[in-house]
Amino acid sequence: MSARGGIPKEIERALRLHRRDFLKSAGMLAVSVSACAAGWATDAGAQGAAAVQGSGPYPNPDFRQIDAWIVIHENNTATFSVGKTDPGQGTGTGFRQLMSDELDIAFDKTTCIMGRTDTTVDQVGSGGSTAMERDSWPMRRVAAEARRVLLDMGAARLGVPVEQLTVHDAVISVAADPSKRVTYGELIGGRKFNVSLTGANVSSVTGLAKTKTVPELKYTGQPLQRDDIPAKVDGTLTWAVDVKLPGMVHARNVKPPFACATLAGIDESSVKGLPGFIKVMSKGNYVAVVCEREEQAIRAARQLKTTWNKPATAPFPSSEGLFDYMRTAPVAAPSGPGDAETRNAAPPTTPAGNPDDVFAGAAKRIEAEYQIPFQGHTAFGGAHATADPSNGQMTVYSNDMKSYGMRRGVATFLGMPQEQVRVIWMHGPQGFGRTAAEDAACEAAWIAREIGRPVRMQWMRDEETAWDTKSPAFLVNMRGALDANGRLIAYDYKARSCDYNHLGYNEPDTVLIAQLMGTRRARPAGGSASVPSDMYVIPNRKMTGEVVGLPAIWETPLRTGNLRDPNGPQATFAAESFIDEAAAAARVDPLEFRIRMITAGSTDDAGFRRARSLAVLKAAAEAYGWDARPSPKAVGKGDLLTGRGVAYAFRGQTIVAQIAEVEVNRKTGHVRARRLVCAHDCGLVVNPESLHHAIECGTLHGLSRAIHEEVRFDTEKVTSVDWMTHPTLRHADVPERIDIVLVNGDPNPKRPDLPPYGAGEASLKPMLAAIGNAIFDATGVRIRRVPFRDDRVLGALRAAGL
Amino acid sequence: MSTIDLTVNGRSHTVDVDPATPLLYVLRNDLGLQGPKFGCGLGQCGACKVIISGAAVPSCLVPVSSVRSEITTLEGLAANGRLHPLQQAWIDEQVPQCGFCQNGQIMTAKALLDKTPHPTDAQIRNAMNGTLCRCMSYYRVQSAIKRAAKQGVA
Repeated sequence: MSARGGIPKEIERALRLHRRDFLKSAGMLAVSVSACAAGWATDAGAQGAAAVQGSGPYPNPDFRQIDAWIVIHENNTATFSVGKTDPGQGTGTGFRQLMSDELDIAFDKTTCIMGRTDTTVDQVGSGGSTAMERDSWPMRRVAAEARRVLLDMGAARLGVPVEQLTVHDAVISVAADPSKRVTYGELIGGRKFNVSLTGANVSSVTGLAKTKTVPELKYTGQPLQRDDIPAKVDGTLTWAVDVKLPGMVHARNVKPPFACATLAGIDESSVKGLPGFIKVMSKGNYVAVVCEREEQAIRAARQLKTTWNKPATAPFPSSEGLFDYMRTAPVAAPSGPGDAETRNAAPPTTPAGNPDDVFAGAAKRIEAEYQIPFQGHTAFGGAHATADPSNGQMTVYSNDMKSYGMRRGVATFLGMPQEQVRVIWMHGPQGFGRTAAEDAACEAAWIAREIGRPVRMQWMRDEETAWDTKSPAFLVNMRGALDANGRLIAYDYKARSCDYNHLGYNEPDTVLIAQLMGTRRARPAGGSASVPSDMYVIPNRKMTGEVVGLPAIWETPLRTGNLRDPNGPQATFAAESFIDEAAAAARVDPLEFRIRMITAGSTDDAGFRRARSLAVLKAAAEAYGWDARPSPKAVGKGDLLTGRGVAYAFRGQTIVAQIAEVEVNRKTGHVRARRLVCAHDCGLVVNPESLHHAIECGTLHGLSRAIHEEVRFDTEKVTSVDWMTHPTLRHADVPERIDIVLVNGDPNPKRPDLPPYGAGEASLKPMLAAIGNAIFDATGVRIRRVPFRDDRVLGALRAAGL
Repeated sequence: MSTIDLTVNGRSHTVDVDPATPLLYVLRNDLGLQGPKFGCGLGQCGACKVIISGAAVPSCLVPVSSVRSEITTLEGLAANGRLHPLQQAWIDEQVPQCGFCQNGQIMTAKALLDKTPHPTDAQIRNAMNGTLCRCMSYYRVQSAIKRAAKQGVA
């Protein structure tokens, strides 16, 4: 064990051991421990002995120093430190590829540390598909600058001008006489650069060196294996749930049995005699128990007798009545194109013309209402964190994807200076926005400070499913008008989202424990009702959104927050279903209908989204073998009706088209995807293997939300509490075939400055609509509410006389 | 509390716990194993699975005192410094995203292949259907099982 208050040695060892890239390839267990240990030792030295000794305080690493980002070791290896986290999409490996390229060092001689607020610079963490698009740039610039500085040092050492040097795999040599050479490790190994960078903030930090052009990148673009996978399959990874500290105790929450409940009493005698019982912790309506052992805490939390008063009025309608409620609820806040992470989805074509005038004289009019319920994160594991209050500081071990925000949130919640709090990011279940609107850290930290011992908090399954943050429900009304030639000439998108008091990231005044303790923000967050993204030319177009709130917005399990492309899947379900309806009304093939509306325009934006949209749609059609014909097709004779649907969208500059082929069982209403094709253009591909994986998993997450996921509730509590009551995609649901086509639709695909765009979320966006459109193609029945569960689909088929 | 003897991954252990304690917490907190995870505590997700008598069982539901046979956890699959072929297939197919469920995926697949060395697609889907993944790595899990089966794991 380390000194009290420090990170225990075995956890340090674990954090280091899972970065076992030195041992790539065969025999992953034949760990070269000595190499790792040596690397870590120099790491620790360079990154600040205080962090490892752990006494605190923990000032921010200076992002304007190369040393905060890159450490070169004497054995000519490098450690990169970046202020991001990788919840499993391979961004950490991608950062290594880019930085190895810029530094000119062999990829397998590098490691990457992420998301430790005491040793890595504050790049916020992960979220919004920003890893490659935005946050890889400062890493690249710093690595390029480090290379420049090393070349200067090499020139001095070798006695020749920089222009006469070459560098390869961290070895600098004289071009005319390669026997004259010096390694990075020999130049600076184990010592500091002490070179200052410039830039107003971490995103703009830079040195003097230029980054490389695309053709100069060697590792970037290669399908290298992810460095986090081996330890995830052999059981050696130490996750945030695995943290054990000397004197650590276990806490479990006792949640209110219904929303807006007021605690009337606690009968502590109901648990006092239990083995290992330490304490009931309570303030306001927050209640938790603390025990020596984990199973003891679980038992005590279940056994603790509490009494609660119900609120005078119902906190929300039932899930069955949600959309009726939303239709007439007063507007809580007008909404623009969305919050910071969705704003870039707004297309450049809004608003245009005057749809209201055009509707009156149109050849054909279409109106439709689409309904998307609350959908949960339902992370595979409950919220969890371990907090250590030693030495008057607070160390939090967490899988929060935005560890820096968590540090600010915990410090503010506890009233501690930020320098006294540090967050150590470790792997955990998913991310997708839940582990940023994170709850367990403030709970663990508060209890830890109150009792003066390290506390491990973990939410149980029913807590997590019922009380996690929810993706806002959407009710979208759409109108369209076609002219006599079947052209969509007017379009009116009007969204209502149930999103008032939308939770931000790591907010000390909206985190659930703060709400339960009675904190109320004077002005709740307005929420957003995003508009869809497309490049369609529709001469008269209007898109508006407004936000409504539930009757109760505090101390309720129906808390809205960001879930993987917040609002994107909802807005796109409505918009891309509606375009399909318009195509059907025009009796035009739905893919052709979309392409016509894109080619009707001639202007493009700086990222060529118009050209790339066409390329992506065409690539998807080709990969699928799309047969052009209007939807729906003639209804088949057997029990299984098959059809195909397409939908497309972009998120930021990333363009994605999904084609789904489904079968609908006319007897049971069961929808099964048989085949999925995703065409995807996110600019420069850093790692095609990780990208393929991210697209595949995002696509299937979209399928899960299309056919399974809905938060159910009565008028006082959420009734979705486990995997039976909030079902998710399973092995049997997975299509036989998934084709992913990586597209580079840039008009100049080989341009040397092709940038990478985000890829963590976009593939999910059009999936709900693609499935709905495929169901329509198969059956002729348009279902405007997700998820397409058996009973809902069967009801719709029956109503249509099928 | 009472004294209970366990054999885990070929090693004998004696623990002093409440006999009703779910095996999961003994493995994780007393024996320091990090493969099995808490996911639901209800036997619905598979995160906590271990192999006992050839079956992949949810250790969150098994009282520690009821275990009479040897327990194999994810940590016990590798032998002589070499990964189990299923684990290698998991790396070759780059299966996990977050990876939190992969203990359950691998242990369930191990139990399947031990009994059915060359499963059909339907057998794989059926055997794996109770083992959930919220990152949706299912397609790759199935590919990795097929790869391992082809190489003859059993």
